[in-house]
Amino acid sequence: MSCALLLLLTSLALVMGTGTAVEIQRPRGVPQSKRQFYEENKPFTCLDGSSTIPFDQVNDDYCDCRDGSDEPGTAACPNGSFHCTNAGFRPAFIPSSRINDGICDCCDTTDEYNSGATCQNTCREMGRKERESLQIMAEITKEGFLLKQQLIHEAKRGQEDKQGKLTELQGSKKGLEGKMEALRTVKKTAEDPEKEAKERHLKSWEEQKELIRMEKDKTRMAEAFLELDDDADGYVSVAELQSHLELDPDSDGSLTETETQGLLGGAGKVDTSTFETVWSGIKDKYLSEGLSDPPAPVETPKEEESRDFVSDHDSDHYPEDYAGEEEDVEDDEEDDDHEEEEKVPPTVQTPEKREDDELSMPPYDTETQILIDAAQKARDDFDEAERALREVDGQMKNLEKEIGFDFGPSAEFAYLYSQCYELSTSEYIYRLCPFNRVSQKPKFGGSETNLGLWGQWAGPEENLYSVMKYDHGQGCWQGPNRSTTVKLTCGKETVVTSTSEPSRCEYLMEFTTPAVCQEPASLDEVLHGHTEL
Amino acid sequence: MASFIERMCLYRVLVLSVFLSITQAVDRSNFKTCDQSAFCSRQRAMKPGQSSYTALLETLELSDSHLTVQLLNNNNKVLLLLELYRLQGNMTRVKINELKPIKPRYEVPDVLITDPPTELMSVLAQDEHRVVLSLGGEDWRLILSAQPFRLDIMEGPQVLLSLNSRGLLAFEQLRIRKDTKSQTDTEEAGEKEDTEKHDKEKVSEGEEEEAEEEVDQPGMWEETFKTHADTKPNGPSSISLDFSLPGVEHVYGIPEHADGLKLKNTDGGDPYRLYNLDVFQYELFNPMALYGAVPVLLSHNTHRTMGLFWLNAAETWVDVSSGQGSSEVPQTDVRWISESGIIDVFIMLGPRPNDVFTQYSSLTGTQAFPPLSSLAYHQCRWNYNDQEDVSAVDQGFDEHDIPYDFIWLDIEHTDGKRYFTWDNNKFPQPKDMLQGLLDKRRKMVTIVDPHIKVDSSYKIHTEIRSRGYYIKNKDGGDYEGWCWPGNAGYPDFTNPEMRKWWASMFAYDQYEGSMENLYTWNDMNEPSVFNGPEVTMHKDALHGPWEHRDIHNLYGFYVQMATAEGQIQRSGGLERPFVLTRAFFAGSQRYGAVWTGDNAAEWGHLKMSIPMCLSLGLVGISFCGADVGGFFKTPSAELLVRWYQAGAYQPFFRAHAHLDTPRREPWLFGPDNTALIREAVRQRYTLLPYWYLQFYHAQRTGQPVMRPLWVEYPEDIATFSIDNEFLIGRDLLVHPVTDERSSGVTAYLPGNGEVWYDVHTFQRHDGAQNLSIPVTMSSIPVFQRGGSIICRKNRVRRSSSCMENDPYTLYVALDSQGNAEGEIYIDDGHTFKHKTDKQFIHRRLSFTANSLSSSDLSPDSQFPTASWVEQVNILGAQKPDAVTLTATDGGESSVEFEFDPDTAVLTLRKPGVNAGVNWTLHLR
Repeated sequence: MSCALLLLLTSLALVMGTGTAVEIQRPRGVPQSKRQFYEENKPFTCLDGSSTIPFDQVNDDYCDCRDGSDEPGTAACPNGSFHCTNAGFRPAFIPSSRINDGICDCCDTTDEYNSGATCQNTCREMGRKERESLQIMAEITKEGFLLKQQLIHEAKRGQEDKQGKLTELQGSKKGLEGKMEALRTVKKTAEDPEKEAKERHLKSWEEQKELIRMEKDKTRMAEAFLELDDDADGYVSVAELQSHLELDPDSDGSLTETETQGLLGGAGKVDTSTFETVWSGIKDKYLSEGLSDPPAPVETPKEEESRDFVSDHDSDHYPEDYAGEEEDVEDDEEDDDHEEEEKVPPTVQTPEKREDDELSMPPYDTETQILIDAAQKARDDFDEAERALREVDGQMKNLEKEIGFDFGPSAEFAYLYSQCYELSTSEYIYRLCPFNRVSQKPKFGGSETNLGLWGQWAGPEENLYSVMKYDHGQGCWQGPNRSTTVKLTCGKETVVTSTSEPSRCEYLMEFTTPAVCQEPASLDEVLHGHTEL
Repeated sequence: MASFIERMCLYRVLVLSVFLSITQAVDRSNFKTCDQSAFCSRQRAMKPGQSSYTALLETLELSDSHLTVQLLNNNNKVLLLLELYRLQGNMTRVKINELKPIKPRYEVPDVLITDPPTELMSVLAQDEHRVVLSLGGEDWRLILSAQPFRLDIMEGPQVLLSLNSRGLLAFEQLRIRKDTKSQTDTEEAGEKEDTEKHDKEKVSEGEEEEAEEEVDQPGMWEETFKTHADTKPNGPSSISLDFSLPGVEHVYGIPEHADGLKLKNTDGGDPYRLYNLDVFQYELFNPMALYGAVPVLLSHNTHRTMGLFWLNAAETWVDVSSGQGSSEVPQTDVRWISESGIIDVFIMLGPRPNDVFTQYSSLTGTQAFPPLSSLAYHQCRWNYNDQEDVSAVDQGFDEHDIPYDFIWLDIEHTDGKRYFTWDNNKFPQPKDMLQGLLDKRRKMVTIVDPHIKVDSSYKIHTEIRSRGYYIKNKDGGDYEGWCWPGNAGYPDFTNPEMRKWWASMFAYDQYEGSMENLYTWNDMNEPSVFNGPEVTMHKDALHGPWEHRDIHNLYGFYVQMATAEGQIQRSGGLERPFVLTRAFFAGSQRYGAVWTGDNAAEWGHLKMSIPMCLSLGLVGISFCGADVGGFFKTPSAELLVRWYQAGAYQPFFRAHAHLDTPRREPWLFGPDNTALIREAVRQRYTLLPYWYLQFYHAQRTGQPVMRPLWVEYPEDIATFSIDNEFLIGRDLLVHPVTDERSSGVTAYLPGNGEVWYDVHTFQRHDGAQNLSIPVTMSSIPVFQRGGSIICRKNRVRRSSSCMENDPYTLYVALDSQGNAEGEIYIDDGHTFKHKTDKQFIHRRLSFTANSLSSSDLSPDSQFPTASWVEQVNILGAQKPDAVTLTATDGGESSVEFEFDPDTAVLTLRKPGVNAGVNWTLHLR
């Protein structure tokens, strides 16, 4: 843009320089630079050399030359061009087909010499307007360019800062890595004795538990005996036991005498001491008469059922494509952490089955506890070191990403990084976050639409940094993914000036920034030259 | 009843799933097959056989203008009245209506331009079996046979056409509903067959028993399609009639279908359907109905061309069956079935193709003579977003030096799809925009659709409502349906008062922001009703006393009529209108242009544009085009270029694109493609004088502008099925490249003994051969007929108006005898003054005996023109010694020339004579 502007200014200056010269007679539509080829009263040779014609066939409204050069001032040749001097403005070539077509193309009206069109000479007015706007542009460019220098400077400093910080981080990373390795050893050293002590503790607890269990069983047997011994004669008889249908060995619903006798080891009745052997045979099935419903056989399937239900429920709730991949990754990382923590042997709350519910492991003895505390501290220290390292890694990654961005030849666009700029239109608020994304949000409710993620610089070869391309935005119904082209122009301020949607789902955004302002070389001279006209 | 509905539902589900599984582009399940259309399936169930109708010759009456005779249906004893007319210009009109209908049946008004003038008919012979009538000439006769009823049109011993020869005349008389009975009947599915058997027994049994014992069939009194119920308060009313064409293998016409030029046999498939419908993403090679309907069929063989015009605006199906007739003569049978109205058919007897065009245009009128600029290039897109966009596109054409005349605005330009308004944000200053275009001598078209947003703050709506101009639903309230604006009403364009009011809305002080360079596009006028049955209006909606069923295919015709009238009126009757329509009917040619609707960016659709426009041209609608580039989907650069090249040689030349497609202005595909498109558009502009002349002829004679080859070479069988090339007028043959990565095409050059000249290289080729033409991306194979003279304007400018005063270059293509002839037509290009004030130039250009001269074909007309003759190219010439010009005043001057022996082209330099005067150029 600014490059083109410069060219424009230069050519204007040249013209302005010669514009005041005396008008030399030349055939209509011929530019000054080609005047020498059109010599009056001498045969004219087509500029491509294809043929030579009498001079009176130049501009005679019939096309003789293949290149159209014999008719610079008429519309006769399909490929000719007409030169308007446009004194006061800038000269121009127009296609021959625009001569005498009833439309005023040259501001000096010279293209409409025979069409009946009434054209006003607007060159001076246009020149004035253009000078004004050029002046404004020049000022903007000048100031913009100064700002740009500042931006470059800041970016350079910022870049150095970042580079420095990165080096610093690299250093601390090394330190942290060393530290972490050391702590890993410490952790290992502390965890081995801890493990042993814990195992010891657990073993003794298991033994103790067995004793308690046996004690309990004995109590239950005594209770059962008393309960069964309906006539309190100190014996449990066949008849007394027969009422306990749950003990039916063949589960046919009736407990026969023979069966009962079998349970009692062939005897008709047993006393307390003999009951011990009987008890071991029936205790699993025996139901205390105080309980109405047999709990055990029902409970197990119930539990399974509910477990099944939960797992089904889970899979219903999270179909394979439910969670985004990113989330999965994060989850995995977290899971790793959990696993590590879970490696720590279970403490007091280890869930045992019902029978043991009331029983809880006694606290570790002091010696073991000391070992555990020591190991826990070693683990905590190790974890902290690891976290610190991860953090540094993250910082480095971000820095490297930022340093790696193409912020222009002098990093003049670096200041746009992690900024956002908004433009409000009648319907939407558009948001440009350079090097990140473009989005659109309805003004009156509704969710934000992604109009594209940072893609690349997309200007023409000679001016790559004049256009940004954002793509892979939200998909369009029956169409492509949304994308946005951002055109950058020189301005003192960093602003989104307009947005449009030339094609469905292809957005165009105009964005001014000092970062694209070009050096206004010898601008003062140029402007000075203008005012002379 | 309940079980019946259940069965229907089940049936529909089945049908739906079957169709869903084979759906490609179009959702076919949205549209009826013949089986799903109660009257069509009822009528089609009737097989050829002996007709149940007898002509009661004792009732025959012959007047000066026509003959009447009663027809008796032997099955139910219902009497019909047959009217026969011999019309001037070798036509016969056959009308059949109920003798005493219990209420009037619809007869299509406004399509015929006059009551067709009749000629005297005389009885040549008569006995109790038949009447022989003279149709004029030596041996043109019409034979009316009594038992069974049939008509034969004869030339000498030869039968040209028979009517009811297969006994398919069926006329469902209006009747009173026998309520309880109809319900019980419909419950029994097997009843139908029983009834038929029963009927047959009755016939054989005998004569005068209770004839009223007709049994209702399902769908006679109500019909359901998908979720839409069609209450049929008038009951069954369909009609059917068969025609046999002995000796005929080729039939054409009955547009609009996305199918080849030559009509196909419909045995075993669906008939061609004529029912104006908004078909989303239509399929190719399919007899399904599309946006427009012209119930005109042409038959052709080497001896004779004939036409059948079935004047009926209700849903119509046409069966075509070709095969061997008796004694191994080929024969084509055609059967027409319509849902309501009467039988009113015009038999156009030719015998030459141009006679049929003359005959048909004497009935329905000729193509409106369009403004010259509307023959130039049109740039359209859904949508140009705002004024800046319009200005940028306009600028783009100038920057890339591509001419264009019209830029179009689709529905988004309006304030919420309220036609006649502008979106104030996007188009705050429409007049500034239009003035900007006017300054470049360019024009604009805005869309005005016939669905009107129901919105009490919208003037157009409140006016129509308060005047009672809306179509009514079956219960008498305003009919409402969904279209672009949401809920919308549909003005009753069949009402002349409504049309008058509509026309007045185009006045400059009514249509705010309009100017003289703003023209109109009528879309969605089938009418399209998004939530209606088959995306159109319920058939039981009411237009005054008539059901929508009766007038359906006429709706779009009336919309365009009223719109064109509005444009004429706003200029005080001075300026010619330009209105594009999507829906059309017979006679629509009188009101403007037609395009082939929402096609797709596919090579197949590019190919299809040729037969579709050729078919329309054959039935009077010459101003036809397809969306260049394809409406749906995105064309490759190659397809786009090829479409521009083809479109540049079709009558209506407009690029258009769907809202969801990427931009495709001609310069967006790289400089090479831009140059190719520029060249194609420029070729169009150089030929505008020729196009204009063709439309002048079309308006005067009814000849199609874009013609199948057989129209000019009716005896050359090789031309009969060609629909990948065509003629513009008589003199240009175009074979567009319509294949991807094509390296060559084979064009058939017709005419034994004729010669054709490649218009680009001037190479000469003999006629009656298949010519292989190697092609590159820049090739547009076009040939000028030897013996013709074509005038071009080679100074292509920004728009056609800018070229008004430019000089002409003549291309004189000599035939094998060294002769050539052509015409030139000049007027102001946009007013009716050529008609009202005889302000035009029409001259004959003739090259014979080494002299080229211009002579006046219309001495009583005049028009001042600044145009002159800048160059004459004589193709197939020999080198002369000298060339002299004799001007009007007799003065002689010598003319410079150049001869290229390689191409045999003689170029005369700058004769300089005015295009409107007499002159002669002599080669010595």
